[in-house]
Amino acid sequence: MNLDLRIPLGLMFSLTGLILTVFGLKTNGNEALYAQSLGINANLWWGLVLLAFGLTMFLMGRRGQKLAAKEPPAPSVEGEVRRGH
Amino acid sequence: MKLTFVDWLIMLLYFVFVLGIGFALKRYMKTSKDFFQAGRALPAWICGLAFISANLGAQEVIGMGASGAKYGLETAHFYGIGAIPAMLFVGIFMMPFYYGSKARSVPEFLRMRFDEKTRALNACSFAVMTVFSSGISMYAMARLIQALHVFDGLFHALGWAPEGIFTFSIVLSAVIVLLYIFLGGLTSAIYNEVLQFFLIIAGFLPLVLLGLKNIGGWAGLRASVPVAYMHEWKGVMHSSTNPMGIEIIGIGMGLGFVLGSGYWCTDFLVIQTAMASKDMESARRVPLIAAIPKMFFPFLVILPGLLAIGLPTPRTTTTVRTENGVIYHDTTVVSKQVEQGRGLVPAKINPVTGQPMLTASGQPLLDYDMATPNMLLHFFPTGILGLGLTALLASFMSGMAGNVTAFNTVFTYDLYQSYIHKGGSDRHYLAVGRWATVGGILLSIATAYAAINFNNIMDTLQLVFSFVNAPLFATFLLGMFWKRATGHGAFAGLIAGTAAAMLHHGLTLPIDARPGVHGGWIAVLHHYPSDMAQNFWGAIFAFSTNFVVTVVVSLLTKPRAESELVGLVHSLTPKPPRAHLQWWRSPEALAVAILLVAIGLNIFFA
Repeated sequence: MNLDLRIPLGLMFSLTGLILTVFGLKTNGNEALYAQSLGINANLWWGLVLLAFGLTMFLMGRRGQKLAAKEPPAPSVEGEVRRGH
Repeated sequence: MKLTFVDWLIMLLYFVFVLGIGFALKRYMKTSKDFFQAGRALPAWICGLAFISANLGAQEVIGMGASGAKYGLETAHFYGIGAIPAMLFVGIFMMPFYYGSKARSVPEFLRMRFDEKTRALNACSFAVMTVFSSGISMYAMARLIQALHVFDGLFHALGWAPEGIFTFSIVLSAVIVLLYIFLGGLTSAIYNEVLQFFLIIAGFLPLVLLGLKNIGGWAGLRASVPVAYMHEWKGVMHSSTNPMGIEIIGIGMGLGFVLGSGYWCTDFLVIQTAMASKDMESARRVPLIAAIPKMFFPFLVILPGLLAIGLPTPRTTTTVRTENGVIYHDTTVVSKQVEQGRGLVPAKINPVTGQPMLTASGQPLLDYDMATPNMLLHFFPTGILGLGLTALLASFMSGMAGNVTAFNTVFTYDLYQSYIHKGGSDRHYLAVGRWATVGGILLSIATAYAAINFNNIMDTLQLVFSFVNAPLFATFLLGMFWKRATGHGAFAGLIAGTAAAMLHHGLTLPIDARPGVHGGWIAVLHHYPSDMAQNFWGAIFAFSTNFVVTVVVSLLTKPRAESELVGLVHSLTPKPPRAHLQWWRSPEALAVAILLVAIGLNIFFA
C-alpha cells in the first residue's frame, strides 16, 4: 500500500492541535469560559499536546516514505499468488 | 449545549480527512483482494489498532461508561477477563489457521475445515447480524445527537424543523460511511478505525484528567463512591456480595472462556483486520498489539462513568448577596431530572407525567447511558468540546464501517460467489462488493427506523444474536484442535448450541424482571440474581451443548482424510521455522509479557 497512514493522521492531529492552540491563546484569561475546566485553559494545553503528537506522526510518515523510495521494491512474499486479472 | 465555530471546524476537519483518505485510496483498489482484504499488505501496528477500534464503537464507549457508573470497577472484567486472554489466544494459537489457510473470511474457513452447510449457516447468520448491528449503531447515534442537542443550533440557524434531526444524523453518517467504504474498501475502514483510536484517546484522556482533578485525585474518588465500586475482585466469590450480582465461575467461564473467546476469536468483524496484515508473523502479532492498549482502556472509558457518579449532584441553590444596600437573590435552577439523579447521572423522566421514574424500591431510576456524555458537557469548554464530540461521532461511524465491510465481504465471497453466481470475473465481484456496501447501508437505515417504531426491537435483536453467538467458540476450538471433528458434527453442534441457549433463556429469569423478553417465556424454573448472571450462564450452557453434540456426532460420522486437513488443524500443521527471530521478539514472548502486566493490573485493583 502506497499511502502511509501516518501522514494524513499526523496532518489531521496537527491541524486540530493548531486550531485548539490558537483558540486557546485568543481566549486565554477568559474566566467564564474556563470555569468549566477548573480554571485550566484546556484548549491551549491540549492543543499543544495534539500538535506535538501530530507533527511527530507526520515526520515519521515522511521519513518512512523517503526510506521506502530509496530501497528497491521488496520482493513479493513467497507463496503469494495474486488473485484476479 | 452551545457549540461555536471552533467546534464545528474540528468536526468538519475530521469529515474532510475521512473522505480524503477514501479518495486517496481509490486508485489502489484494482482487484477484489485490494477491496475486501486490503491487499493483505498492511503493517501489524495499523491492523492491531484497527482490531481494538473495530470493537470500540460508541455503544462500547457509552455502555462501558454507563456500566462503570452502575457497577464500578468490576466493569473492568470485560477487559481483563473478557478480552485480554481471548486476544492472546487468537493471536498465538488460532491466527496460524485463519491466515495460513488463505481463507478470505471466517465462514470460508469453516467451509475449508468442515463443509458447505456449516459455512452457509455461519455466513447467513453473520450477514444478518452485521446489518442489524450497524443499524442499531446508527439509531443509537441519532438518539444521542438528539439528546445532546448537537445539531439544534444548526437547524435553528437554517430555519429547519427540529424533527428532522434524527433523519439528518442518520443520512449524514450513512453517506459518509458509504462513500469512504465504496471508495477504499477494507483499507479505508481500517485507516479510519486507527484515526478513531487516536481520537478517542485525544477526546477522553483530558476528560479523565479533569474529572480526577475535580474529585481530588484517586483518593478523592475512593472517598466519593461506595467501597465495592473501587474493587475489581472484592466479593466475587458469591453473587450477593458484588455489584454485578455474578460469582466467579460465571465470570471466568461465561465471560472469559465462552463469550470473550466467542467474540474475539471468531467474529469476522475483528478477525478481518488481522487477516489484512502483510504476513503470518504480523497477523499473529495483530491481536497482541491490540491487547496492549486494551489493558489500559478501562481508564479511558470506565473511569468517566465512575467519576460521574462520584461528583456532587447539582441542586437548586439560592445565594443571597448585598450590593450597595440592595439585596440580590441569585437562584440557580436545576431540573428535576438532574436533581433526582446521582452525581452527573440524571434520573429517567417519564415523558407522560414529567416525574422521575422510580424503581421497585422507590429509588429514582438512573439514566446511566448519559454518564459519559454528561461528563463531556460538564468539563469541556467550547473548542475541546468539539474534539470530544468528534471522538464520539468517529466511534459511531467506524463501528458501522467495520460491520459494513464485514458484511460486504461475507455477502460477496460466501453467499454471492458460492451460491448465486459462480465463476464470474474478479472485476465483477469487485463491483458486487461495492453494491453490497450500498445495500448493506440501506438495510441498516431500515433497521434504525424500525427501532423507532418498535420499542423492544433492540433488546430482541441482541437477544437473538446472543443465541447464535454463544455456542460458536466450541465449533472453532474443536475444528482447529481436534482432527476427528466432522462437518456433520459441527453443523449439528451449532444448531444444538443455539437451541440450548434459547431453551435456557426461556426457562430462567433475572430476579427483578417480568417474564417476556428478559426470559422465562416458557416457564420459570430458576431465578438469577442479575441479567448478567443469566447471560453468562446461558453462554456456558450453549457452549457445553455444542461441544458435546459436536463430539458425539463427529464420532458417529465418517472423518475426513488427514491430507485434506493440513494447514487447518493444529496437530497436522507443520510448525513454521522461526530461527530468524530472537526469542524475545517472537509473538509468544510478547503474549507472556502482556499476560504478566494484565495480571499485575488485576492484582493492583483487586
